[in-house]
Amino acid sequence: MHNLTALSGLLGGALIGLATAGLMLLTGRIAGVSGIFGGLLAWQPGDRAWRLAFVAGLMAAPLIASLAGAPLPRPAMSANLALIAVGGLLVGFGSRMGSGCTSGHGICGFARLSVRSIAVTLIFMGTAIVTVAVVRHGFGS
Amino acid sequence: MSLLLACFGCGLMFGAGLLISGMTQPEKVQGFLDAFGAWDATLAFVMAGAVAVAATGFALARRRGAPVFASSNLWPARSDIDMPLVAGAVLFGLGWGLVGICPGPALVNLAGLSLPIVVFVVAMALGMIGFGLLPTRSASSGTANPAVASRADG
Repeated sequence: MHNLTALSGLLGGALIGLATAGLMLLTGRIAGVSGIFGGLLAWQPGDRAWRLAFVAGLMAAPLIASLAGAPLPRPAMSANLALIAVGGLLVGFGSRMGSGCTSGHGICGFARLSVRSIAVTLIFMGTAIVTVAVVRHGFGS
Repeated sequence: MSLLLACFGCGLMFGAGLLISGMTQPEKVQGFLDAFGAWDATLAFVMAGAVAVAATGFALARRRGAPVFASSNLWPARSDIDMPLVAGAVLFGLGWGLVGICPGPALVNLAGLSLPIVVFVVAMALGMIGFGLLPTRSASSGTANPAVASRADG
């Protein structure tokens, strides 16, 4: 077990949970990022403002942290931009087709004890584990 | 106005949680997904913390019945497991495993404007728009108001 950062993980997770709970208690909305962001890109107008406000909040977090001296996030990623583009397409298309992502199905779905969301989460997590195994270890799966 | 402020505040807290937990770093996410390598269990702790607090808040929301700044709680309505759902989950898992980034961390990281993240977010948006352009929008039989409640779970 390497690199485990359990305490900051739990603390950050609790904040994510608090934001998720807060969005439901205050606005009645589910904090599913692919649904919120995807709705911004969809045709039907009318409920864009709240989605934009949530996404702006997400992006404001590192900006405010940078005012306090933290560096802006520049995550270490593959230099292969084609691979990154394929990954982005799959994440975008798949999250809409599957009605949600790590936040909507993973966090909200488990918190609601939704069998549908728990099934989706297990499927995408299993697929991702196999993908990483194949990419990193050949036929390690 | 209060509704928008609440959404902004929750997005801000959500983003802070992602940053603090380390989940904006693809190597932490892929470290969790790498079950056959140097496994990093952090993501499980993030999920545990998030689900525990969210479940408590959801229980409170159910008891209150209605939210503070809107007329009703828009709980996801569907419970069926159909082919688009499963296929979508598989495609999502493929992309998530390949890059180690999902939509929340992608948008938080976008603030840093590094080239790989910009490429990822543009591709992700195109993927979402692409799905929206498909002629048959899965098996949703529109009972909810599409202008308010997304058919999606998240």
